[in-house]
Amino acid sequence: MANYDYDLLVLGAGPGGYVAAIRATQLGMKAAVIEKDKPGGVCLNIGCIPSKALIHQAELMHCATELEAIGVKVDASGLDYGKVFAFSRKAADMLSRGVDYLLKKNKIDLISGEGIITSAHEIEVKGRGKVTGKNLLIATGSRPRSIPGFDFDGKTVLSSTGALMLEKLPKRVCVLGGGAIGVEFAHIMNAFGVEVHLVEMLDQLLPLEDEEAVDVLLRAFKKRGIKIYTSTKATGYRKSGKGVKISLEGKGGKQELEVDQILLVVGRVPNTDGIGLEALGIKPEKDFIPVGDYYRTSVEGVYAVGDVVNSPMLAHVASKEGEIAAEHLAGHQTPVKLDPNAIPGAVYCEPQLASFGYTEKAAKEAGLKFEKAVFPYRGAGKSVAIGKPDGLLKLLVGAETREILGAHVVGAQATELIHEILLAKTAELLPEDIAVMIHVHPTLSEGVMEMARMAEGWAIHV
Amino acid sequence: MAEQVLMLALSPTMEEGTIVKWHKKEGDPVAQSDIICEVETDKATMEYEAVDEGTLLKILVRDGGQARVGEPIAVVGEPGEDISGMLKEAEQKPEPDASESAAPESDAPESAVPQVKAAPAAGAAGAAATTPSAPQVPAGELKASPLARKMATGHGIDIRILRGSGPAGRIVKRDIENALRRAASYGPAAAVGVQGPAASGKDERIPVSGKRKIIAQRLAESKFSAPHYYLRIDVDAGAMMAARQRLNARLPKDPAGKVSPNAFLIKFVAETLKKYPVVNSSWQDDAILRFGRIDIALAVAQDDGLITPVVRDCGSKGIVQIDRDLKNLIDKARNNKLTPDEYNGATFTISSLGTSGILEFTAIINPPGSAILAVGRIHKAPVVGDDGAIGVRSQMMLTLSCDHRVIDGAVGAAFLSDLKAFIEYPIDLLY
Repeated sequence: MANYDYDLLVLGAGPGGYVAAIRATQLGMKAAVIEKDKPGGVCLNIGCIPSKALIHQAELMHCATELEAIGVKVDASGLDYGKVFAFSRKAADMLSRGVDYLLKKNKIDLISGEGIITSAHEIEVKGRGKVTGKNLLIATGSRPRSIPGFDFDGKTVLSSTGALMLEKLPKRVCVLGGGAIGVEFAHIMNAFGVEVHLVEMLDQLLPLEDEEAVDVLLRAFKKRGIKIYTSTKATGYRKSGKGVKISLEGKGGKQELEVDQILLVVGRVPNTDGIGLEALGIKPEKDFIPVGDYYRTSVEGVYAVGDVVNSPMLAHVASKEGEIAAEHLAGHQTPVKLDPNAIPGAVYCEPQLASFGYTEKAAKEAGLKFEKAVFPYRGAGKSVAIGKPDGLLKLLVGAETREILGAHVVGAQATELIHEILLAKTAELLPEDIAVMIHVHPTLSEGVMEMARMAEGWAIHV
Repeated sequence: MAEQVLMLALSPTMEEGTIVKWHKKEGDPVAQSDIICEVETDKATMEYEAVDEGTLLKILVRDGGQARVGEPIAVVGEPGEDISGMLKEAEQKPEPDASESAAPESDAPESAVPQVKAAPAAGAAGAAATTPSAPQVPAGELKASPLARKMATGHGIDIRILRGSGPAGRIVKRDIENALRRAASYGPAAAVGVQGPAASGKDERIPVSGKRKIIAQRLAESKFSAPHYYLRIDVDAGAMMAARQRLNARLPKDPAGKVSPNAFLIKFVAETLKKYPVVNSSWQDDAILRFGRIDIALAVAQDDGLITPVVRDCGSKGIVQIDRDLKNLIDKARNNKLTPDEYNGATFTISSLGTSGILEFTAIINPPGSAILAVGRIHKAPVVGDDGAIGVRSQMMLTLSCDHRVIDGAVGAAFLSDLKAFIEYPIDLLY
């Protein structure tokens, strides 16, 4: 029996890797994490966390209009975006140090340096030598995707990372990509007074979300002056004076748009190159590492989770997959994989959007017999009281089984409200169970109850 | 650690099961969800799935043997494990007879039907009703997700036969889906009694279910032992139908629907039986048992047979109450939820095929009763009235089957003729 330095070697300290290492340690394994950058990965350093810090600041700016409505004069002229930026970095640094602390607390070695897999039990860390492990977990994450003709240059064409690192905002920006990241940046920039053009190739912003929910968001965005171009492709750009001219091609023909910067957020590429997969004989499929049950690769003892495997590229998905891999390694009972219909997604803008499971369109395409209930936010008194009456809660329910098939919430606090419905889904509760549970009045959560009652045919406030 | 494999309640009314066949031998490895044996219940033959993993160490109840719900039928554990203590314990389990007197905690249903106890000839299902039931898991205490319960109800699955794979052994959606898959691949006799599509082209041998066996046995016994004779009479149902119409117009709208003609018939029969207690009796070989109460059953068709829910004490109930009882019972019958005390021990039975358009038919007596009334369709027919004039009336053909050992022809005829008079001139009831 060979002797290894660790029971589990994790490559990558993002939300997939560090969570897996902690879970493995909890279950009695000795683990180490290899990270070439800061612990916490994209999520903490150049993703979810700093972007949420910016969004919070954007919301504060947004509040200025509400204050003006009650006669408070807000002088926003002194806005120093450099300070906004600094705030977001502080949040990121603080949480990154938090991960550092958690690893230490769990007696997990954090090995700083670029690791390259040399065998199923060995990783070569540049400048530090070889580390061995009985098992390997690949959690190297992903990076922004570029498209031909639009190479990231950090000045004119920015990635999400570039946008997060801006210390000064442009006057005009064209956001290419209407997914969650694009929509969030459009929201942030618009709130700070930037002229925003948002371009999506498909016919709907947030193409994977429910159309009825996205419509609410679309109306709000248009009202705030965000220019939206769907079914539109960017074909190229050229420098023009201080800014750039970008060529768009849509249903209505071609047009040129003059902006200062382009934000290219058309998805992410898994980091599966240059990490030594060849040494394991693993061939990525469309850049993803193929995995089976429990996120095992084709190589005994080697697992892969997070953005490097073909599942939604979300931090919470990576963490859960990491937990499953660690639990399986430790011989614990654990699900074989995530239930795709129970993965929540969230878009942080104003209004917020959160969902899981089938969209109405997907349910129709799947030929499911279902019923839908759509409860308007304004039916919950709290939404009117806090001045956020726009929004809806939508539930899709199996016509016979009454099983919750999907839920879509758009409006204030949607990213929090979704969880009650998701708990019901995963515990296999039925709408009638939510419908009869007492909810505090007045809350936005009453909307969840009313939505469930609506599905059962007896909503009160509608 | 060895575990006893207990006889489970594989159907809502099951109290005892017969091992049809063991699929595993002693010494065979057993995995979770393996079919270890087939069990015949009062309703069907079902497959018994292993709950524990290990090796089948000992079979306690052999092929053809019976066990009450809750009694051990086998022991599963590690090979070579000492199970002598467990076997001794199993042997000391009280015999069924002993448990009858020593089971005061049993909530057996017999107390609800004192008359039935006095009727030992109640037939197979009837006999079961008078024996105390071993403890079984009430559905309410089972851990199952609401979705799983809903799906189980929708597919007619008894969740008590399933093993939960969810958190803390909870029965979840995938357990129901697995049960359905098993049922689909093993055919109608398997696990859950899910209805399959109709066969076509080929002859098919369908194993006889426990329930079908009981129906066959009871009806054959009745027909071959009780000398039947039949009396037929044509009745004008106009007055009854008019009374029903008036009643329904007067009653507040009941979501359950209007009062049915059957409720009227049951009441008329009950009142007539009061006049002819001999028709409300039972042949007991050495005695004729004259029932102290009038309990009238109505034959109700089910997907997999028929059942006779009993409205108790019809003599002292009004038509509206009878109708309510009846609707409740029929509802349970259609959902297979009748308890034995709700379908056993009728003193008289009514069978109606009127809604199927049948004009007249003869029925087989339902023991322990001595007579059964077969009711045909109420239909418009030309009738020559007492005054010789031909008029169009709502006619109904009644056929009474009597057990000649108890009811002689003249008595049966008088009963039927009085019943006709009551139906046609209800006011006569008050004389």
